[in-house]
Amino acid sequence: MPATKLSRTAAHDPRVFDLDHQSLRELNQALHNLAPGSNETAWEVLNPKGSHSVAVGVDQPVAIDVRGSVGYYCGGMNSGSTITVHGSAGPGVGENMMSGSITIKGDASQYAGATGKGGLLVIEGNASSRCGISMKGIDIVVYGNIGHMSAFMAQSGNLVVLGDAGDALGDSIYEARLFVRGKVDSLGADCIAKEMRPEHLELLQGLLDRAGVTGFKPSEFKRYGSARTLYNFNIDNADAY
Amino acid sequence: MCGIVGLFLKDKSLEPQLGAMLSQMLISLSDRGPDSAGIAIYGAPSKNEAKITIQSAKPDRDFRSLEAELAKAIGTPVTIAVKSTHAVVKTTPAKIDEARKAIQALRPDIRIMGAGDVVEIYKEVGLPEAVVDRFDVRKMTGTHGIGHTRMATESAVTTMGAHPFSTGADQCLVHNGSLSNHNNVRRELIREGMTFETENDTEVAAAYLSSQMAHGKNLGEALEGTLSDLDGFFTFVVGTKNGFGVVRDPIACKPAVMAETDQYVAFGSEYRALTKLPGIDNARVWEPEPATVYFWEH
Repeated sequence: MPATKLSRTAAHDPRVFDLDHQSLRELNQALHNLAPGSNETAWEVLNPKGSHSVAVGVDQPVAIDVRGSVGYYCGGMNSGSTITVHGSAGPGVGENMMSGSITIKGDASQYAGATGKGGLLVIEGNASSRCGISMKGIDIVVYGNIGHMSAFMAQSGNLVVLGDAGDALGDSIYEARLFVRGKVDSLGADCIAKEMRPEHLELLQGLLDRAGVTGFKPSEFKRYGSARTLYNFNIDNADAY
Repeated sequence: MCGIVGLFLKDKSLEPQLGAMLSQMLISLSDRGPDSAGIAIYGAPSKNEAKITIQSAKPDRDFRSLEAELAKAIGTPVTIAVKSTHAVVKTTPAKIDEARKAIQALRPDIRIMGAGDVVEIYKEVGLPEAVVDRFDVRKMTGTHGIGHTRMATESAVTTMGAHPFSTGADQCLVHNGSLSNHNNVRRELIREGMTFETENDTEVAAAYLSSQMAHGKNLGEALEGTLSDLDGFFTFVVGTKNGFGVVRDPIACKPAVMAETDQYVAFGSEYRALTKLPGIDNARVWEPEPATVYFWEH
C-alpha cells in the first residue's frame, strides 16, 4: 500500500499549533474533530519539547509537521495521516499504527512501531531497543541501526534496517520479514537467516522506494525470519516448563 | 516509573545556576513520580570545612541548641544552617566522623542524609516543586548535582525512602527501576561492615558502589560491577566528589536521554527534562547504550 503523499505546499496555509502557548489536548482534540474531506489538510506543531502523545489517534489523511523532538507515543494509533517529526522521538513512536505514515528525521527511542498493524514508519536516524516489537503488519524502515530485542514476537509486516541490529533480533518471531544490511549482533530464539528470493528483492525495493531510500540495492541486505520451530509444542522440551 | 536527572557542569560560569537548572529539570518530570523528591548538590570545596546534611521530623525541637551541644561534644566549633526539616552541619574535616557519631548520640531521632566535603542532600515526601521550594534549591550553586522524583515500588513512601541515597563520603545515587537481589547483596555488605538505614533496594545499590570504591575501584569500575552483581531493572545516575556517572542494565527498559555541550553533560529520564538547558538545540543528544558505563570527572 503506497503511503498517501500529500503535498507539503497545501492549498491552504497549515494550521499551526504552538505548544508553548496551546495545550496538547487542544491540538489532539482539533485533530480528532477533523471531518472526512476537511480542507484543513496541513498542520504544523511548534515547540513540542518532548511532549507525550503528540498527534495520537489521528484518523484523517492530513499532513502534520512537528518542528522539534517529541516524547512518548507520538502518532500512536495513526490511521491515514502523514506525520513528520523534524527531530527525535521518545519511546513508542507510532505504537499500534493502523495506516498512513510517520517519518522521524532524528532518532527514535525504544519500541518504535510496537504492535503496529499497518502503515509505514521511517526512522532516518537510529532506533533503540525493541524496535518493531510485536509488529502485526506495519512496515518499518530505519536508515541507521536498531537496538537489542528488535522485532521480538513480530507477527507480520516488514522491518528494514540499513545499518546494524543489536542482540536477539527477532526473538520468538512469527511471520514478519526482517531485512538487515549491516551486521546482526545475535539472533533471538527461532530467528534464522533466510534466502533472498526474487519476490523478496522486489518487496524490499518497494519498501526502500516508499521510504525514500536511494543508493542501496536490495541485494546488499540479508533476510531473517522464523524457523517456525516454536509453533508447536515439542514434547522433548516438557522438562523446561 | 520515577524520574531522574543529573547535571555535570564543565563551564564554571554556569555554577551559580546549578540549583535553578537542576530544579527545573526535576520539576519537568513531576508526573513520573508524585511520592517524594530529592536533590544532591555538589558545592564549592572548602579546605577547612566538611558537611553533614541531617534531617528531623521535629526540626524545632532537634535543631535548637544543637550547634552549641555538638561543638562542646567534639571540642571544635560547628556551624548549623537550618533549612526546613534539614540542616547542614559544618565543621573541620578531621572531626566529621566524630561529629556524625555525636549527632546520633545527642539526637537519636535525627537522620543523616549524607556527608562529605562538598555534597548537600535534600529529600522529602511531596512533589519536586514543593521539595525544591522548601529547601530553596534554586539558589544553590555547585559543580554538579543529581535529582529524583519517586513513584514508590519497593519500600514505603517516607523521607528516608526518597532518593538520592548516600552511603559514602560525597557519594550518592538515584535510581529508576527495581532490584530483585537487593536482600542478598545487603546481607553481603552488612557482613563487610556496611550499615543500612532502610529496607530500600536503591540504598543497596548505593552501598554496593561505596563498597567497591572503598576497595580502590574508581567510579567507572564500580559502575561496571553493577552489571554483573546487581539483578533487576536499573538506570543509575551517580555523583561523587568530582565525578558523575550513568549506567543502565542490559535490558534497558528504564528510559534515559543524555545531552552534552561544551558547557555541560546532562541526564534526564526523558528529553522533556533537557529542553530548557542552554544550547540544547545544538547539543549532542543520545540515548545511553544498555550495559555501558558513562562517567565524567572534573
